[in-house]
Amino acid sequence: SSNEHKLNFKKSKEACLSYIQDALLQKQWKRAAEFLTCYVESLEKDYSREHIGASEIIWRIGTEILWHHSQSNMKEFNCFMEQMKTLGVKRYLKVCLEHVFHLLCNGQIDEAYQNLSLAESWRFGEQTAIQDKEMKLIQAYRGLLDYCSWSKQKNILLEHGEDGFSDLAVEQEMHGYFRKAAVNLKEIIKIPGVWDVFVRCYVDLLEFYGDHNEARQVLNEYAYNSKFPANPNAHVYLYQFLKRQGESKKSLISALKILHDIVPSHELMIDFNTMLQKSKKRKKRRLGLEVIFAALDYAGWKENAKAWSCLARQVKQIVISEKHLDWIKQEWDSRKDWWPAFHFSRYLAKRNWQENKSLSFEKALVAGILLGKDCKYFKYVSHQGCKAQLKRFRMLKKFVTRHNAVYLRISG
Amino acid sequence: RDFNERCVQCSEVNWGLTDGGRFYCRSCHNVTERTREVVNTDFITNSRVQSITKGLKKQEKTDGGCEWYICEGFQLVLKKQVEALEALGVCPQMKDEILCNFWRCYLQKSKQAYCKRPAGETVKALSVCGSSTDVDSDPERPSLLHLLSLSESEGDLQTDCSFASSVSKVSESTSVYSGSVDGSLYLMKNQKEKLRMTMPMTLSFCYMALLWVREPITLSELLRFVVEGHIPYLNVFQHFPEKMKLCGLDLKIFCVESWPTYEEVFDKMHELAAFLDLPRFPDITESCFLHPDMLCMKYLMEANLPDELHNWTCRVVKKIGIGEVDFLTLMPGNKSRRKVKYDVLATAVIVVVLKLLFLLDDHYEWLLSEFAEERNKNNTEGGPYFEFKKWYEVVKHSLDVEQKKLDEERAKYLWRCEKPLFYSVKNKSKVLKRRQMVVNLQNQFGKLSGSVQRAEKPNPSSFQLRWSEENTDGSCFHGYSLKGILQEKRGLLTAMNPDYWLCTVKLCNEKLCGHLAHYREVEFPQSYHFVLRLFSFLLRIQPAYIHDEVCMIEHKLFNKKLCKKLKYNTVLRK
Repeated sequence: SSNEHKLNFKKSKEACLSYIQDALLQKQWKRAAEFLTCYVESLEKDYSREHIGASEIIWRIGTEILWHHSQSNMKEFNCFMEQMKTLGVKRYLKVCLEHVFHLLCNGQIDEAYQNLSLAESWRFGEQTAIQDKEMKLIQAYRGLLDYCSWSKQKNILLEHGEDGFSDLAVEQEMHGYFRKAAVNLKEIIKIPGVWDVFVRCYVDLLEFYGDHNEARQVLNEYAYNSKFPANPNAHVYLYQFLKRQGESKKSLISALKILHDIVPSHELMIDFNTMLQKSKKRKKRRLGLEVIFAALDYAGWKENAKAWSCLARQVKQIVISEKHLDWIKQEWDSRKDWWPAFHFSRYLAKRNWQENKSLSFEKALVAGILLGKDCKYFKYVSHQGCKAQLKRFRMLKKFVTRHNAVYLRISG
Repeated sequence: RDFNERCVQCSEVNWGLTDGGRFYCRSCHNVTERTREVVNTDFITNSRVQSITKGLKKQEKTDGGCEWYICEGFQLVLKKQVEALEALGVCPQMKDEILCNFWRCYLQKSKQAYCKRPAGETVKALSVCGSSTDVDSDPERPSLLHLLSLSESEGDLQTDCSFASSVSKVSESTSVYSGSVDGSLYLMKNQKEKLRMTMPMTLSFCYMALLWVREPITLSELLRFVVEGHIPYLNVFQHFPEKMKLCGLDLKIFCVESWPTYEEVFDKMHELAAFLDLPRFPDITESCFLHPDMLCMKYLMEANLPDELHNWTCRVVKKIGIGEVDFLTLMPGNKSRRKVKYDVLATAVIVVVLKLLFLLDDHYEWLLSEFAEERNKNNTEGGPYFEFKKWYEVVKHSLDVEQKKLDEERAKYLWRCEKPLFYSVKNKSKVLKRRQMVVNLQNQFGKLSGSVQRAEKPNPSSFQLRWSEENTDGSCFHGYSLKGILQEKRGLLTAMNPDYWLCTVKLCNEKLCGHLAHYREVEFPQSYHFVLRLFSFLLRIQPAYIHDEVCMIEHKLFNKKLCKKLKYNTVLRK
């Protein structure tokens, strides 16, 4: 006879676990606790052959329950975490770290700091080397908290400075925190990874103390080192830094180039396009057009008047100069099948006109050039605009009518 | 008295007892090693055991423990179980006379006690817990268990001497040990000859004894009581005396982590009965609880079906002869007769009767129900007519509720107990620490469980579903009449349903594939599956086993027609 249906320890615990998971998904904390109480005995696996891996499961589930349960408190939570730390030495630092996160979420910065320091001093034979990555993280977060302390001291100092007081003790303390923070933050960002918060803080420190070279180097590494995962924010940080430093447009543009490649819909694309449009180099202007068209491919930009004004401005400029109409043609080729329905429907015309006249104005110009004066969007908006006797709409109508032939050349 | 062997010297059968309790031949004064059986079910002290066996190396025990044999452990287990049965109301003879004798007979037949040890088998105690060689206690590499699985697959090993040497070949740092004297030997013995004792087999013993005295407890009930905790099984070693230290391989023998299945206990019981050379069991007659007529009554009540159906079950039982004494009574060792599962059989009869009356093809029973409903409207005298639909709704609802409760209980079952167990003394502190942590966590999360506290063990009861006729909501169908679905023909009440479908046209060979038929839910009507599910819940067995019995009954019932009919899977006319 088959023993598949035989109820044994392993199956019983598997069933128990699935009840716990259901309860968690439905946020029934009491019920989850009830089943977890029955599940914990899977830790006693002395004579069970099966390795269930219960300790990690219990750690994670217990954490969830204690965090959300209405009758639980931080004392219970901390007590539980301490037990979990003793449960699996291979996981010790990870548990410490997650405990610290919870403390931070609860606003207990000091306790978090204590725990980090404690964890940092942990040694356990070869485990210390194996858990090296977690250790670096712990040090990094301690560095982060040091940065927060530094920041606090800095603000105090600035306040006092306004009042005319100078506080040497505060200053010393501040520098102390800076040193501690810098050491740890510098270490972690050497390792390939996504370290946005650490990088920002570190750069902030460096800038404050005037070490711009180091800051630049750090940001360049973070953005351009291929070992690091592609991270749009890295380029944003670099760009912002260069801007603060008053760098040339050329370097600013080069900083944003990769961002455009990774995230064509990024909000900085407006700045990017603005810079590119003004450039003397033809290639850059061409790129600018590409950038702004690409951004407007995304639904989140549909009602962004600024973006539309950028596009309108560039399109207008091209049309007037009568040079490089082929640029528009190239960009429009892949879009002419779906942009009309996406941006220039009659429904949108009505809505845009009602909600945001400037938006409709810019869009109407673009629509009129790309689709001709008889297209739904332009017709509606310009009609409404002229009816309302708004001067700019009359100008618009004239302009588009005058250049009506353009759309034929573009779409042909 | 009952010692009938011929004396080796003079071939006479004329025995007496010496002062030392040994048999001696009165004719030639040859003294044997056989000792008189002692009526004593208590814990056997080592001195007595040592007088039986020879060549035993005495081990010094520094931890207050004593030497004990595996069979002594099992004896204790059986004692606890039968005491629990007594507390449930079973007759006291079961303990003192029946089970006790069965056990002694087993010990004798399996040569574990009450006999001279066969030559060449010396019991050498391998190193005991706490010896100098430490076992690798890293749970990641259970070398001990590895060793065990090794030994079982190696087949025959002649003596434990060679086993001991093979042990040392495998690994220098491990040594096989147990708290008991013969733990390792026990596991290594060739099972085929001697029917090695296991924990599930203790329940086979209990069932065998219950059957012998014809107690009104079915095997499914017994197993249910075990799971519900009324009969010790899991963690029964807690009750071993302090001096009987359990560790190492003993755990593999006594610590079970699964509930035995009906089939397992049932098959083992029959094997055991044959092994012990038992005679024909006491007759199961019509007045016995285990007779299908009686059990059908019980299950009809529990399934909330009308009492009137009992007439029909009795008719079926009579027609196919499964109520006969010779069919029902157990003859150990008789391989030609099919072994009777009384409870499964009774429920299968009910299923067949339901099929006879309602067809259960997912169409007819509902039509019939509507018809009965119509008739019910005009029914002014007598009791209300039974309608399948109403019954289905009421019973399904209850069944779903109870099934859900049962599933949750199974998931919440606590397997470990307070008494910590460990493979080696080195493990002990780790085990105790873990235990402490588990208790702490249970307390912490138990408090957060809200008002739901673990309910006390419910009192053992024979009925899991209860229906009361006092309920005015019409949820109890015991007293309902079947007239709504019957018709009068030539003065007799017969079923309106003229058809019947067979579960299977051809039966499988049970010896080859273990089943008479192979049940797959999707191949059968849902009403049929529901009915199987209902009884499957009550008996705590898989629907497939009830299906098997149903097939068997159908083939007996329609035997003549089957012989005549062809292989088409057609619906037969009754």
